[in-house]
Amino acid sequence: MEMKKEAKLKCHKIMGGYGEGEALVSKEPICFYLADPKTGRVREKGHQLEGKSIAGKVLVFSSGKASSVVQIDGLFKLASEKKAPQAMIVRDVETVLVVSAVIAKVPLVDKLEKDPFTVISTGDFVKVDANKGIVSIRKKT
Amino acid sequence: MHLTRDEERILKGESGEGMQKALELLVAVGDALDAPRLIEVSRAHAASSGQEGDLYFVELLAKGGATCRVPTTTNPVYDMECFDKLFKIPRQESNVARRVKESYKQIGAMLSWCCTPYITENIPMYGENVSFSESSATPFVNSVIGARTNREAAQSALAAGVIGKTPEYGLYFEENRKGTMLVKVVAPLKDEFDYSLLGQYVGKQIGYGIPVFTGISKRPTTEDLINLCAMLNTSAAVSMFHIPRITVEAPSVKAAFGDNHPQDKITVTERELKQTQEELQTGSGKIDLVQFGCPHYTLKQVIEVARQLKGKKIHKDVAFWVCTSATAMFLAKRMGYADIIKKAGGHIVADTCIDMTCWNRFKDKTGMTDSPKCAYYRRFKDVIVARTSDCIKAAVEGEWK
Repeated sequence: MEMKKEAKLKCHKIMGGYGEGEALVSKEPICFYLADPKTGRVREKGHQLEGKSIAGKVLVFSSGKASSVVQIDGLFKLASEKKAPQAMIVRDVETVLVVSAVIAKVPLVDKLEKDPFTVISTGDFVKVDANKGIVSIRKKT
Repeated sequence: MHLTRDEERILKGESGEGMQKALELLVAVGDALDAPRLIEVSRAHAASSGQEGDLYFVELLAKGGATCRVPTTTNPVYDMECFDKLFKIPRQESNVARRVKESYKQIGAMLSWCCTPYITENIPMYGENVSFSESSATPFVNSVIGARTNREAAQSALAAGVIGKTPEYGLYFEENRKGTMLVKVVAPLKDEFDYSLLGQYVGKQIGYGIPVFTGISKRPTTEDLINLCAMLNTSAAVSMFHIPRITVEAPSVKAAFGDNHPQDKITVTERELKQTQEELQTGSGKIDLVQFGCPHYTLKQVIEVARQLKGKKIHKDVAFWVCTSATAMFLAKRMGYADIIKKAGGHIVADTCIDMTCWNRFKDKTGMTDSPKCAYYRRFKDVIVARTSDCIKAAVEGEWK
């Protein structure tokens, strides 16, 4: 079987660093406080990712949401327990999400040159080099 | 982002480590969001929370010798004296809250411990550039008052309070303050509870952007607007909205949209509000707890609760709590309303948020509240969300029928 080629796309660095892992895609906004810090599992009722773990993944999502108070604390706690995503790719960035990434030290990028929801699916293997502004995607076979 | 020589010096650490860390965060935000420069802000509200992430940053700045350059208020944690006496909070938990409180004092913040400081001690004026975090505070300041802030985090707002500046992007620019979405309200909005449901529903539909509400004919009260703000910015990330002919930057629908063409139209009828309320319910029958004051009750709401409770007794199995600001608490005591609530068997407390470890004793219980936000962050198991008067009725009877 032929190995699928890796697609490289440009992006915009928000929080520097490097992370790689399996992609987990959420078109719905995410509140990190509603993920269990001990497991990384999303426990928000009715959420697209309910029951799935964001720990160690490359999280691809539309935007952050929920009270500014809890968003940062949520990601900070996940990071303290080593259950945060390896890296995050977001479509619509806002301040609270930037601060969350900076305080929890999780690489975060936006402005992917193609629509992230078209080019990345859950299960793809994704490398995020925030410092260089490059996202590499190997499609799941 | 362009930095002045003064700012460069702060960034190098010449004004101490606290100032340096504060500016580093502001620069990260500014670079991420393509801000050309920093601009001055006249005041800030830090949504302190008494939780680990909050503690990490405020201690970092306070220990580094930073102090607030502009008035900076604080969000509620909890009234330690009150809860320690009643519930015996584990030392480990109360220590985090104690350290948070000490650090905000050390950094010279105005210790309001209140999530609605924009109606009490930290009130911006029209056109002021400010830095306000907290879900109801950001949209209220932008939409109702017409001051300018982005949707700040506790930490970026605190950093802005310390530096007296913030990156210039987003809602500091006139052209970004226009409507992006039309929301036609057909449902009659009877009271502040309906505004909570409206905010919850519309937030869920749009996720992001600046909704413009038409069809609201009756002028909303301060409390209606506080609830709308809280829910729009809890079920989604909405920093601003317009209600033409009511909110300050929208003399007309046309003015609310400016050059924007609404991307989408949403219609809200009674059916959507009813469905939204139904979706919030997870419990029924007997209740163990009633929680009011998310966001903090205004004095007017405290008075209304006291009026409805007068001469009644809360059921012996129901814990009844009203959370409010220190200012409203002071006046409620002076006016005798706090006494009425206590005589009925209820509690009224200042400085306290419903989302704190002090409520953990209710974690297996059923709670009732008039706030979908409280339901969202609840520290109890099952929830019933209903109008204030229904919650009071259930508190007296011990169950919701």
